Amino acid sequence: MSYIPNTQEDQQTMLEKLGLLSLEALMAPVPENVRLRRPLDLPTALAEPDLKRLLNGMATKNKNQDTTRSFLGAGTYDHAIPSVVPHLQRRSEFVTSYTPYQPEVSQGMLQAIYEFQTMVCQITGLDIANASLYDGSTAMIEAVLLAIGPGGRGEVVISMGVDPQYRRVLHTYAHTRGFNVKEVPVRNGVTSIEDLDAAVSATTAAVVIQQPNFFGCIEDMRSIEPIAHKGKAVFVTTITEPASLGVLASPGDYGADIAVGELMSFGNTMSYGGPALGFMSARNKYMRLMPGRLVGQTVEEGGLKQTGYVLTLQTREQHIRRERATSNICTNQSLLAVGATIYMAALGKQGFHELGELCLQKAHYAFRQITAIPGYKASFNAPFYDEFVITVPVSTQKLQQHFEQAGIIGGYVLGKSYPDMPNDMLFCITETRTKEDIDYLVKVLKEVQA
Amino acid sequence: MSVENLIFEKGAPGRRAATMTALDVPKESLESMIPEGMLRKEPAPLPEVSEIEIVRHYTHLSQRNFGVDTGFYPLGSCTMKYNPKINEDMAVLPGFARIHPLQPDSTVQGAIQLIFELEQYLAEIAGMTRVTLQPSAGAHGELTGLMLIKAYHESNGQGHRHLVLIPDNAHGTNPASATLADYKSVEVKTDPRTGGIDMEHLKVVLDSNAANIAAIMLTNPNTLGLFDSNVLEIAKMVHEVGGQLYYDGANANAVLGITRPGDMGFDVVHFNLHKTCSTPHGGGGPGSGPIGVKEHLIPFLPGPLPAKGDNGYYWADQGPQSIGKVRANNGNFGVLVRAYTYIRTYGPDGLLHVAQSAILNANYLRHELASDYEIAYPLICQHEFVATAEHQKEEYGVTALDIAKRILDFGMYAPTIYFPLIVHEALMIEPTETETRETLDFFVSVMRQIAEEARTDPEIVKTAPHSTPVGRLDQALAARKPNLRWTPGQEVTH
Repeated sequence: MSYIPNTQEDQQTMLEKLGLLSLEALMAPVPENVRLRRPLDLPTALAEPDLKRLLNGMATKNKNQDTTRSFLGAGTYDHAIPSVVPHLQRRSEFVTSYTPYQPEVSQGMLQAIYEFQTMVCQITGLDIANASLYDGSTAMIEAVLLAIGPGGRGEVVISMGVDPQYRRVLHTYAHTRGFNVKEVPVRNGVTSIEDLDAAVSATTAAVVIQQPNFFGCIEDMRSIEPIAHKGKAVFVTTITEPASLGVLASPGDYGADIAVGELMSFGNTMSYGGPALGFMSARNKYMRLMPGRLVGQTVEEGGLKQTGYVLTLQTREQHIRRERATSNICTNQSLLAVGATIYMAALGKQGFHELGELCLQKAHYAFRQITAIPGYKASFNAPFYDEFVITVPVSTQKLQQHFEQAGIIGGYVLGKSYPDMPNDMLFCITETRTKEDIDYLVKVLKEVQA
Repeated sequence: MSVENLIFEKGAPGRRAATMTALDVPKESLESMIPEGMLRKEPAPLPEVSEIEIVRHYTHLSQRNFGVDTGFYPLGSCTMKYNPKINEDMAVLPGFARIHPLQPDSTVQGAIQLIFELEQYLAEIAGMTRVTLQPSAGAHGELTGLMLIKAYHESNGQGHRHLVLIPDNAHGTNPASATLADYKSVEVKTDPRTGGIDMEHLKVVLDSNAANIAAIMLTNPNTLGLFDSNVLEIAKMVHEVGGQLYYDGANANAVLGITRPGDMGFDVVHFNLHKTCSTPHGGGGPGSGPIGVKEHLIPFLPGPLPAKGDNGYYWADQGPQSIGKVRANNGNFGVLVRAYTYIRTYGPDGLLHVAQSAILNANYLRHELASDYEIAYPLICQHEFVATAEHQKEEYGVTALDIAKRILDFGMYAPTIYFPLIVHEALMIEPTETETRETLDFFVSVMRQIAEEARTDPEIVKTAPHSTPVGRLDQALAARKPNLRWTPGQEVTH
């Protein structure tokens, strides 16, 4: 199989025009001492039907969310995707285009991104948003780097309620850039206000809190905000479960300066965690410090002065500013942003609230049922959204084995990231889980106990 | 010329598209579950539109967008090749698209196998020892690579090395990534005779900073589309002062099966799978930026890395020297499925033919355009070349931008313009291997016509484009009075 249309005869004709005898003559600039004089050691080519068989075989080795009952969240959430989303998102004019450097023939993508930026602002309650970033974790990093500033050496205060993977990424960047990270402990499922207050100082550049946090608990942002703002720090909220914004106060409302997070679950498949869809939304004052692409509305230079859309404020960016850019970002996640935009339009004002409430109601039902089973205890009594932590009466390893036999993908085993929580499991119930799914989980948990 | 209203200007109160699943559990009051201060007071003011309105709206938007499937896309350095449809079909198989990143390894054996094998394929293509697929895009790969280099130097007591050499024709991401890695960029000049690194200048830079050189970042073939035949000598010189060699794989389409960064002496390489392996660019993303390293850098790679044991495939944590994670989860898996499919489609002979055909197409265009446009370096090029409109600008006041806009009128995308920065009025042209001879000939005829127009009727070029959905847009206004989101009551000029 090949997607090279020109035949040997075509190529011969072209070579003749160049006055060359063979393709080999075109390789002349590559010196012999670096030439690979053997075929690459790769499997031989496969025809399309054979390749499909191979990949179908590999795909069916994976247990997927449609064929198993999954109660796994922990940063990646299963929300139903209306059919209208992939049908429009996968239109090949969107799929096969590049970053819209020529706006006259890229109005479709530019306008979709402008709509994305607007919708992100509508759900976060903040002033502006960028055109997307790689994923929630790197979006959080970009917010932290923005807060620290070029060459800055300030410190970052982050709650241990923030996704452990995100914090690992932060430590990687902190080491490279040479800034300090202070982690604030969690008590009873939420960030310890006393410890946070002690950690934030005049040298704090950013305070990072996740809402709902990694345990699904709802942080008391009204108490946190004045602490975050007692010095000069930028108050950053991380949101990995955006459905929560249907019912929870928006970052703009509780006084966050920047909201970052993950929108993959809005209209895009989870695809083993990527490609993901990082977003960044902020107060107006951070506009010229934003990383990544920004789309702006403008008008034609001449003629009818019709409205149009362009990439703007590009003097922040690497291809103009080079070593003085606000970020090295070049690629973003445009196609996923288009998916999220269509998704949010499809849900609309009413549907977005309903989504938020459905997840909340179902998760609370599951929580009530599970904590009614003798031996299964709520680990915290803090309010929660669509995830909650249960201390289980058997080892999590044994529980996982039971789940596997029962065709369940269980919750996240917290001991992996929180060694002091060896018997705790984080369960997630989104709107895609039915009462029957939940009752089945409860039945299996009872059997394990027995 | 037309305007498509924003989705916010469509619909009516109460209209909706998606229906939500039924609430099948007993309902509790919101107030009993969420503390009052944390309840959302006003619903998010998202659009209220029906499904038919959504379908028409985004269909119209797609029709106002130009992709490779629409027409020729000779955007230099971006490798806008055809994106095979089978790759899309494979990526959305439920067994790939509907798996959660934190599922137990035993439930995702096919996924880890694909990642494990793709790493091996890319290592072979690059001539490197080990690959990680974690980085999200090319620039992310660059940063990750520089983090590895930094960790490596620190482990050798060489943490003071803080300079990264970058040629003056490099992609902007190189110096931006260096800054992000807390390095200082030092520019290395291009030799105006060869288009490669100015070896004299390199020697001077190396001699005067020997103890502080952390690395050099190179693209080969470089952004002029020229293969730097001194590459082994450069590698030797940089290694001798203790520096590492970073290969920017943006132009890797030109080297498949012909030569390998590892054999050229590089220590780290990144791939842009959305370029070389034809995964779609999606209007700017998603991409994927795997990096490959030589043996001595493996301990520093981000983890976990896939492994194969008696009980199948699993994720193995990296040791204490690892830089940690550079993003959540396991990389852009959906993109990796497409790249895997692509490599298995072509096999070793096919990939070599990809590179050779890309090089032939570029040289063919270079040769055919030379009568009307000055070629910045009139030498055999690799996958792309740089023409300049300097003559047209001086003689007729027609710039590279004008020519780019005029090309749009003929149903084609424009080349990359004003890059690399060292060529004035640059038109950077990369046809890729997936274009027919007829398409290339048509592009040549259009370029010749535009050159003729510049001579005889420059206004038509200077005021182009004339047949696109909108004319040239006021960039200065957009930057001076930024309007980055819609707000109710906002006026739109129709």
